Parts: sequence; structure tokens; C-alpha cells
Amino acid sequence: MADAQERIASTAGLESSRRHVVDIEGLKLTFQTADGPVFALTDINLKVDEGDFVSFIGPSGCGKTTLLRVIADLEQPTEGSIMVNGVSPHEARMARSYGYIFQAPALYPWRTIERNVTLPLEVIGMAKAERLERARRYLKLVNLAGFEKKYPWQLSGGMQQRASIARALCVDPELLLMDEPFGALDEIVRDHLNEQLLQLWRQTEKTVVFVTHSIPEAVFLSTRIIVMSPRPGRIIDIIDCGFPPDRTLDIRETPEFQEVAHRVREGLRAGHGDDD
Amino acid sequence: MTGRWDRFGLAALAFALLALALPLAGGENPLAWTGRPAGLAVLLAVGGVGALVAWKGVPGTAAALAVLATVFLGALMAMKLMDGGVAGNASWGFWSYIFALWALTWRGIARIAAYRSMVNERQQMANFFVPAFFGLWLLFLWQMVCLGFGVPGVLLPPPSAIFIKLIGSLDILWEDFVQTFMKAVISGYVIGCGAGFVVAILVDRVPFLKRGLLPLGNMVSALPIVGVAPIMVMWFGFDWQSKAAVVVIMTFFPMLVNTVTGLSAAGALELDLMRSYGSGYWQSLFKLRLQAAMPFIFNALKINSTLALIGAIVAEFFGTPTVGMGFRISTEVGRMNVDMVWAEIFVAALAGSTFYGVTAMMERAVTFWHPSYRTKR
Repeated sequence: MADAQERIASTAGLESSRRHVVDIEGLKLTFQTADGPVFALTDINLKVDEGDFVSFIGPSGCGKTTLLRVIADLEQPTEGSIMVNGVSPHEARMARSYGYIFQAPALYPWRTIERNVTLPLEVIGMAKAERLERARRYLKLVNLAGFEKKYPWQLSGGMQQRASIARALCVDPELLLMDEPFGALDEIVRDHLNEQLLQLWRQTEKTVVFVTHSIPEAVFLSTRIIVMSPRPGRIIDIIDCGFPPDRTLDIRETPEFQEVAHRVREGLRAGHGDDD
Repeated sequence: MTGRWDRFGLAALAFALLALALPLAGGENPLAWTGRPAGLAVLLAVGGVGALVAWKGVPGTAAALAVLATVFLGALMAMKLMDGGVAGNASWGFWSYIFALWALTWRGIARIAAYRSMVNERQQMANFFVPAFFGLWLLFLWQMVCLGFGVPGVLLPPPSAIFIKLIGSLDILWEDFVQTFMKAVISGYVIGCGAGFVVAILVDRVPFLKRGLLPLGNMVSALPIVGVAPIMVMWFGFDWQSKAAVVVIMTFFPMLVNTVTGLSAAGALELDLMRSYGSGYWQSLFKLRLQAAMPFIFNALKINSTLALIGAIVAEFFGTPTVGMGFRISTEVGRMNVDMVWAEIFVAALAGSTFYGVTAMMERAVTFWHPSYRTKR
């Protein structure tokens, strides 16, 4: 535990040259329930730099989704400080500085794909011509050109999730927050979307915070992996992995990849050690 | 089907044979059919088709249509017989004959109801044909029972008498329809549903109303309409306004309760999505929550479309000017003009189901995205 804390401190110190898109210090979040307080997050210190692809990985109940929701101002921390894009999460939300992608596509079934993508732009109050132009651009980016007039329920699960990514991108946010976006999809579709996401990240140079419980997914996509552990939810390890940006899925067979994956697995096992 | 006797076909055959051997009307001789050559011919045709159905079943749609055509001819013959002296003292032979027709109808309709076609128009025609023929058959039975047993018109008039009365009093029926439906029902429905909707939004916006108003609302919605109607007449006078007021009371709460439920139908993810866009209350309401509530709102609109008509008609029992569907029903019952009562009931049923049907069609257009209506395009 103390070892992990030290490493966190050193990592934070090393990379202060770039701008911090997310800056969290001493964050705690406690839910008050009928059975007493639940410590969802304790002592979270984390800095995410511009252009990073950071994954939160951990067993269910470790607070990885809660932490993402705190960044998105969908949950309020009990203690500690958090800055998103240099301002408070609330201000960041009102400035539409992030795009949030949920576990499910959450497309509105009464809107066509095009109008689903333009939904956030409508909320902002953007002019119609520009809305449509952006929808076309981002649907093309996620390989959904030609599906503008379809309804979500006429598309496969993978296509729906790609549409929801286009919807998150179309406000051109600094930060993409992705909460197990491919968790409900089958392995093959998931691999395919992982490659596409990597490509998208390279093209757009967005900062991504990604929640997953799949080790290969985290290692393949990330520049840094945050290993978390439950009861209380906390960060137990931060692992840098700098695979070449033009990597393909084949990299998963290499010893270097296996080594990082092994370290993540060890971390997860250590976090689990006390209760079973 | 081959090799097994069709039991209903056998029944048709047996009853047709019975009909041949038994007297048609009270005092007649057995085998009276021989004195009515046309009747005998039709009976033999029914018996022949019955024998074929018993032997072969109804193999296809064309056979079913042939069977039903025979039934139709047979029914015309029965009505002719009725006029020819059977009315009022029909006997075993006649009822056996009707039974034979019934068995054949059953077989024919069952075959057409099982019809499946990839061609949409054909399937729609079959879907229309089954209830239409079945409805006509029920009317025919009603007519036969009324005339055959000589049921007094005060108890139950035959459909033919109701139809003649309906055609003969179109002007009165139209006036009643305008008074009750166009004025009381429509205005009451619009005001009641509209107010229910607006109050539902208010309840949603102001949380204490949800706790305070909804329980009271449930109590008011349990008020008996027969108790409220006379009071509304005292408040709003004899004309349609008091009936509209009753309709408002009846339609308000289903709309309120359904809309309030519907407004909480949007999923947590969809709501978080709106929040992540920094969307305000009204934008979330119009872009998400009202859309998600539409199936519930239309549910209320459909329930209210029938409630409104019932409310307006019953309310007219408690005092009206001398026009209106409820007024007509209550006075004509008193004057033993039961066929006029039935004519009004027919108009009310027609208006009610059209109202419901139009609402249901609008629902399909608005909630096309709902899993129960979706089509892969």
C-alpha cells in the first residue's frame, strides 16, 4: 500500500510538464445508506495529462465507474479537490468539456441516428445546418456514413455504440469519458471497436478516460493503467505502458504485452487478497 | 386430415338430415320441406356440403369460401322461410337447419382465420373478412332467435327492426350525436385531458404537490359519477356544459396519474446523458421525458376516449334539454320504444369505437419507436 502511494506520487511528479486535464487530490466519496456508510472512494490522487489514454481497471465495486462519474459531475465527492480542464467539474460540464459514453448506447429510439448525434448540439442551441454537417462528419469518422436516417433499433449493438461515440465527439470536447463502452458486446465486435477507438484517439488527439474490467482491453488501449481495488475503493497501482501508437491487435501476442498484462493481473490479485 | 372424419362436418350433416325429417314450424307435418321446392334444394345443398366437409374437411381457402357461400345462401333461405310462416312458431326442423349452418360457418371461418399470406393486402383482406363474416353471422342468429321464438320487441327487437328505425330517424340521431358527442364529449375530453396533462407537469416540477395532490386526486377519482352528475347540472345548467363538466372530472385523473407515471419512465442512463450536456429542466422534459412518457399518455387518452362517452350519456339521465343520446335512451325506454334505444346504442358504439380507433392510430404514429410497434425497415 505504502509502496503504491509512493509510486503514485512519483508518477505525478514526473509528468507535470504537460497540462493536466484531470487533477484529483485527496478525493473521498462516501455514500450514506441504511446499512451505514459505504466508502466508495478513498484517498484518490490522480492526474491525467492532455492526450493521455488512461484506463481504470478493477473488480466490480472498486469505484471505477463512480470515479468517472465524479469527473463528469454526475456524483459529488465528499472530500478532496478535483479539477477538470482547469475548472470545477460542474463548470466543465456546463462548458461541455467532456463527452460521456455509457455502458449502453442510450440512443433515444424516437430519433434517427442523425438526430441522436445532433442531440447535444440542439441542447447547446447550434444552428441546424451546422448540426447536420457535424453529424455527417462524425458519423463518417465512426464508419456509420449512410445510416443517418435509420433508427437505433434497426442497427446492431456495435453500430449503436459507435453512434453513441459520434454523439459524444460531436460537441468536440477536450475529454472523452468512457464507461465500459464495449462491455455488452461480443469478443469479435469488441476487438474490432478497440482497434477503431485507438485509431480515433490518434486522429482526434483527445484525452480519454476509459473504464473497463478487461485486462487485454486496458493494456492494448492505454498509455496509463490505474489499477483499483474495492472496500474501500482506492487506487493500488499505476502502470505506464507505452506501446507504439500504430499498434495492431497482434501486439497482444508479444512478451512485452504479456508482461504488462501480468503486472495488471498481479495488482488486481493483490487488491483482492484480503477477502477471499 | 385425411382418413379422419371432421366432427363439425359430421354435425352439419347430421343436423341437415334432422332438419329434413322434422317439421319446420309448429303444426306442420314432418317432411314439410317437400312442399317447398326451393327450400328443399337449399337444404340438400347444405347437406351435400356438410357431407363433403365431414369427409374431406375444409382443405383450403377456396373450399372455405365455397362453404361460406353455401352458408350465405342457406341464411337467405332461412330468412325467406321466416317470412313464409315460420316466424313465431319455428320448430325442431328449422333449428336443426340453423345448427347445420352454424357448424359449416365454424369450419369455414376457422380455415380463413388460419390463412397466412406474405402478400400484405391479401392478409389484410383475410383479417377483415373473419370478424366481418362472424359479425354478420351473429346478427343473423339474433334475427333468427328473435323471429323464430317470437320474442316481444320490448324485450329484444330483431336487428332488422333496429336497422329500419335507425334509417328512419337519422335526423334525430344526428342531433343527439351532435349534442352529446360533438359538444359534451369532445370539449370535456379536451379540457379534462389537457388539464390532467398540465397539472401532471406542475406536479413533476413542484415536488410537494406530488405528495399532497396525488393522494387527494386518487380519492376524487373514486367519486361516483351518478353522485357528481346532478351537482354538475345544478352548477352548470341543463345544457351540454354540465355534461362536459362530468366528462372533465372523469378524464382528468386517468390523464394526471398516467402522465406522472410516464414522466418517470425515462431510464437513468438517458437522464444522465441529458445532465452531461448541461441540459435544463425544460429541455430534458421536451427532448427526453415527454417522449418517453408518450406510451403512458396515449394509454390515458385511450382509456378516456371510452370513459368520456359513458360519462356524457349517464350524465344526461340527470336532466337535459330535450336532445342528447342519454336523454333519448332514458325517455324512449319509458315509452317502450326499445328499437330506438338500440339505435342510440348502436350510434354510441360506433362513435366510441371510432374515437378509440383514431386515438390508437395516432398512438401508433407517435410511438412508432416503442418495441410493441417497431418494424425493421
